[in-house]
Amino acid sequence: MDLISILIVVAKVAFVLIVVLHFGALMTWAERKQAALIQDRIGPNRINILGVKALGLIQIMADGLKMIMKEDFIPAGAHRLYHTLAPAIAMFPALVALAVVPFGPSFDVAGRHIELQVANLDVGILFVLAVSSLGVYGIALAGWASNNKYSLLGTVRATAQMISYEIPMGLAIIGIVMTYGTLEMNKIVELQGEYFRLGGLPILPKWGIFYQPLGFVLLFTALIAETKRTPFDLPEGESELVAGFNVEYSGMKWGMFFLGEFASIVVVSALVATLYFGGWQIPYVNLMALPALPRVLLGVATFFGKVIVLCWLQLLVRWTLPRFRYDQLMHLGWKRLMPLAIANLPLTAAWIWMLGGMKS
Amino acid sequence: MNPYVPVLISFAAAVLLIGVFLFFCHAFGPKAPSPIKSDPFECGNPPSGPAHDRFAVRFYIVAMLFLLFDIEVVFLYPWAILFRELGGLGIMEMGFFLTLLVGGLAYVWWRGALEWE
Repeated sequence: MDLISILIVVAKVAFVLIVVLHFGALMTWAERKQAALIQDRIGPNRINILGVKALGLIQIMADGLKMIMKEDFIPAGAHRLYHTLAPAIAMFPALVALAVVPFGPSFDVAGRHIELQVANLDVGILFVLAVSSLGVYGIALAGWASNNKYSLLGTVRATAQMISYEIPMGLAIIGIVMTYGTLEMNKIVELQGEYFRLGGLPILPKWGIFYQPLGFVLLFTALIAETKRTPFDLPEGESELVAGFNVEYSGMKWGMFFLGEFASIVVVSALVATLYFGGWQIPYVNLMALPALPRVLLGVATFFGKVIVLCWLQLLVRWTLPRFRYDQLMHLGWKRLMPLAIANLPLTAAWIWMLGGMKS
Repeated sequence: MNPYVPVLISFAAAVLLIGVFLFFCHAFGPKAPSPIKSDPFECGNPPSGPAHDRFAVRFYIVAMLFLLFDIEVVFLYPWAILFRELGGLGIMEMGFFLTLLVGGLAYVWWRGALEWE
């Protein structure tokens, strides 16, 4: 454990944090532009620096500055410590969950083997599940500490929703674990570089989505519910709860909830891209045979390309579907997703048996 | 290097960043508290009753069901990794376990714990 390897780790951590935060900030712009496109509007286009509008991108900076300059307000009846702690806890999971996701192929430089992944844990998927579950505490604390009826109602709704959809999420991922036989994200991406062959010809890459189409739909639905976005945004339902758990927040603390939410969209996309769409693998191209520099550039670009497409898919869902009613939400989670997720397990077992992957 | 050292570094970086954000909140911006501003926000009306009101008991049931089923899901993970090695016997045992899980779900469904009117 020498100094250089620690510096490499710090560089990777910084890279992941910068990517998550920048993608999160860019998502606020993408979301508004996408909404404007769907609703036949123009979207943010007024803010400029010396006349440079950059398609409205300057709006992100203006929003950030505005949030910093607002009063940091704590209502009289609120619990001061918990009120401050809540946005911190809500933001934390989105910042650290990507630590186990490989964002590019490994390479050797100056006698060192470098993996483009912050931490290669043997329990990678469990780490993501454990960390992402922490988000519930932030929401629960926010509503409880605010001393406001709307906050409390929003919190109770959000908590019930997040824990309800966590079960189908866990069950859907088990299908992937059965298919690849490991929890290491690294190995899962590696195994997705192989192909289904017909007479020796590579037909399809062995991506998770081809093994687990049902699992993909279940996991993606459950993950959108976990990020509390439309059609699952009942905790925030403006029309009935004003803004839900964050009514009594202002300024940057309010911004932290939203930065956390947008960052978790990026995390969701990265997770789905890794488990179901081959991570940094390009189908029919053997990246590992290329020299180090083009291999890394292509791999990282492919991974983030997939992440961007999945982020955009979530924006489309957000602006296409109307909000559920609460009974419909619970109905979908417990009575539809959960039985389907359980049924997915014997289906996966039978499928692997048929492909001849079993020992006895 | 122990693979959990990078995780710790990542945690530390996240905490540092969040600390910077919280400092920004605190350091900049005006401070102008007033009694009316400090009231719980209820769309402009004077607040009525305590904020920590009672809420539907169904949410407690959801929390209990979550604990039960989530723990069962965690039991599935070790099996899912080893399921190729365990072979037919493993499948049979997990079939039995899943039957119990589905039985439990069917029971709470039948008793109406999942109904929201």
